[in-house]
Amino acid sequence: MMRFLLLFSRQGKLRLQKWFTPLTDREKKKVIRDVMALVLARPPRSCNFLHWRDIKVVYKRYASLYFCTGLEDQDNELLTLEVLHRYVELLDKYFGNVCELDIIFNFEKAYYILDEFLMGGEVLETSKVAVSVSMENADTLQETMEEYMNRPAF
Amino acid sequence: MHTHTAMSPSVPLQEMIRAIRSARTQCEERGVIQRECAAIRAQFRQADNGGRSHNLAKLLYVHMLGYPAHFGQMECVRMIASPRYSEKRVGYLGAMMLLDEKQDASLLITNSIKNDLSHSNQYVQSLALCTLACMGSAEMCRDLAPEIDRLLRASNSYIKKKAALCAVHIVRKVHELGELFVPAARSLLSEKNHGVLHGAVVLIIELCEQNPETLERFRKTVPDLVQIMKGLVLSGYSPEHDVAGISDPFLQVRILRLLRILGRNNEGASDSMNDLLAQVATNTDSTKTVGNAVLYETVLTVLDIKSESGLRVLAVNILGRFLLNNDRNIRYIAMTSLQKIVGTDHNAVQRHRGTIVDCLKDQDASVKRRALELSLALVSASNIRSMMKELLLFLSSCPPELRAHAASGIFNAAERYAPSQRWHIDTMLHVLITAGGDVRDETVPNLIQLITNASELHCYTVHKLYRALLLDISQQSLVQVACWCIGEYGDLLLKGDCQETEPVQVTEDDALDALETVLQSHMSSPATRGFALTATMKLSTRITDNVDRIRSIVSIYGSCIDVELQQRAVEYNALFRKYDHMRAAVLERMPVIEKNSPGHTNGESTGEAVKDVPTAKMKQGEPLLLQQPANQVCDLLDLLGGSEETLQPGPAVDCLVSGLSVHAAGTAGGDLLDLLGGFEPAELSPAPQVLAYDKGGVTLTLSCEKQSDTGLTVTLTASNSSDSDLSSFTLQAAVPKSVQLHMKAPSGDSLPARGTAKVTQMVVLNNPNKVNLKMRVRVSYTRQGSPFQDTVQIDSFPGLDAAGQ
Repeated sequence: MMRFLLLFSRQGKLRLQKWFTPLTDREKKKVIRDVMALVLARPPRSCNFLHWRDIKVVYKRYASLYFCTGLEDQDNELLTLEVLHRYVELLDKYFGNVCELDIIFNFEKAYYILDEFLMGGEVLETSKVAVSVSMENADTLQETMEEYMNRPAF
Repeated sequence: MHTHTAMSPSVPLQEMIRAIRSARTQCEERGVIQRECAAIRAQFRQADNGGRSHNLAKLLYVHMLGYPAHFGQMECVRMIASPRYSEKRVGYLGAMMLLDEKQDASLLITNSIKNDLSHSNQYVQSLALCTLACMGSAEMCRDLAPEIDRLLRASNSYIKKKAALCAVHIVRKVHELGELFVPAARSLLSEKNHGVLHGAVVLIIELCEQNPETLERFRKTVPDLVQIMKGLVLSGYSPEHDVAGISDPFLQVRILRLLRILGRNNEGASDSMNDLLAQVATNTDSTKTVGNAVLYETVLTVLDIKSESGLRVLAVNILGRFLLNNDRNIRYIAMTSLQKIVGTDHNAVQRHRGTIVDCLKDQDASVKRRALELSLALVSASNIRSMMKELLLFLSSCPPELRAHAASGIFNAAERYAPSQRWHIDTMLHVLITAGGDVRDETVPNLIQLITNASELHCYTVHKLYRALLLDISQQSLVQVACWCIGEYGDLLLKGDCQETEPVQVTEDDALDALETVLQSHMSSPATRGFALTATMKLSTRITDNVDRIRSIVSIYGSCIDVELQQRAVEYNALFRKYDHMRAAVLERMPVIEKNSPGHTNGESTGEAVKDVPTAKMKQGEPLLLQQPANQVCDLLDLLGGSEETLQPGPAVDCLVSGLSVHAAGTAGGDLLDLLGGFEPAELSPAPQVLAYDKGGVTLTLSCEKQSDTGLTVTLTASNSSDSDLSSFTLQAAVPKSVQLHMKAPSGDSLPARGTAKVTQMVVLNNPNKVNLKMRVRVSYTRQGSPFQDTVQIDSFPGLDAAGQ
């Protein structure tokens, strides 16, 4: 499983953090600090994998943002590159030519999309279309009158 | 900046973000945030005002910047309980960001989650499932597990796939609950929806890893899994799941992982997946990363299950192809996988050695690291020379974080497979020159031990080290070894003629200059300076002209601030003055140091039987003592010729070798002094003296002093009344088996003519069984170049009664 997913800029500003294991605030800060330092220090055209503590770190840079995740020993690093790519594609579809500003100003949407794609550190939905459809429906729900309905008994 | 058309922009949130971003300094940013947080707090306290979700979203943004936001926790709890989806959505997001299972507030949302799990709207259910899977504590999991199981069976695909991953979280948190989900997991495998299938496979993997019995039960699903996989691999283009020509690679990789778990250690299961794996391995398009991801997982599975050899070869070949791939990532994971099988499939991996070694030169640090590990694992007796060339080349340019590991790997390899001693020494020297600062402490004694063992190479080695020393005195380990060698083999260095290297003339002054440079350099560590000082001292017996220079160096350091150096200098001074007669013996060439385990203690002679006394471990280059095996001494001396008395070898601090002078001991400078102190020409002991031996002008008298009920000290005094000086004077003693003997070092080894000086030696005896005390003494010396030996038996000891008590 993935232990965490971080998005950060070249200047070290965190844009999204998703944690799939329970950590204290202090522990989270340490992970962010250490992993960010390691990744930002990498020269271009480096291998996208590195080792940190007992975690395999997989990262990929898309324009000004680094997408970075921590894997366990059994996890497939090459597939994880595909997972990161898929998330970028989903953001791109939703925002239309996504850029860092979209993720800054609509960070909650970035999280909602993530939550339709991954859960508990695992891939939840393998179809791009299915994720997009879910997001549309959820957004619609947020807007329409249905939100004022009382929840009926099961 | 784009806004999604169906959604009105959250203006207050985005305004705040803009305000924060336009702050020019950290201080300004803090100011904006403090203001905003105050406003948010005020808003939270108000009743429902329709803008609650915006406020919480603002707080979450602030939290992400690293500012405290715990005052929002209760707001999350309230929002989650709201009937409005927009508020629930942000509330649950807030819960996942601000609450974790350790917070008390997290328990408060358990009820909301429970209710929302059975909400009529699947998007609400989805929020609850997502949050539970993210931060559900063990109690929450226990509480809600039956509900999740229900959802696994009877709901739509959207909910089922989420319930499956939620179940995974529950099982990870509370292992015993795994049993509950087994039936549902099994039946989910017949679903068509990929999301559900994927979730089911993940759940089954988790259940199998937790419980071996469950694993046995799921083995029956192998045929089904093979079918599903075949469908994915052979099916035509499916737009919904296609990634660069591969149909749902995520699901494929998962199934391969599950197959790996089920096929491990099981012939039957491995057989039934053999064909499929071969098919995937051959048909998967490897031009893009996604195809290689699937191939990679396939290879891992093949190598982990009981696959037939053809398939195994296929898998290793795929890794071999990966090694040649332009993509660094692929090369990296190829090496990771090869590392895993280098033990079991060594020959197969050896075939790719060339490529792996090339990867040592890769620019990327991760690739280099993998290549180093693998290269070290591939070193063997047949490739040691070529591999070592590459490894040494690597060492000279490798990144600093890898140097220590590379150096120690090289040492291990050299030790195991060195084709010759000279090669071994050359290699170790090369490492010290290149990376001397990164080697471990034991390297210095290990190398010294190696050098002493290669006796034909002493000349070569000392020349090489001398030259290295002239070039660079900053690498401490190299300098230490060099100093030791120059001290020890200085005579060979000065001789100048060495077949193996170009002849170069080294004068005594040159050698002393080199050592003095080390002594005076600020780069030299205290330990190194100790080496240099001792080496300088040793040279005093190996050179002829410049002994005075050594004397002055040594006397200067007698007032050195460094206590260790000062002590050594003082002792060496003493060795020049009072104990000059011992100097040659003390500083003699050391015998071969035998390899032994670390922490080996100085061999002590013990009573009774003849023992093979091992050599002591060398410390800090100080004069070492070799304990001769007692039986060897016996053979040499043939002292007792078959009697039941055993020859007691000399004390731990003494080495008695026929014809050679005595080596004085010292494991520390203090002991040396004490020992020398013990050699003061003995005052006549108050006890009565008995003449034990008188021949050829040489007399031996002894006196005794009882120390305890069973202990006795015997002092032997030798004197020479003849007209010629005697040199190399030694005494050896033997006593009955049950008596313990300990000979202290003698006061000297020369007996000048006409009794001008005496030699005394103390012998400590312990007679616990109170047997009849006898002692046989062998006297040896050299008179005018010819050796002489004689033996005398002492049956009565002055001060003891006839029975020797």
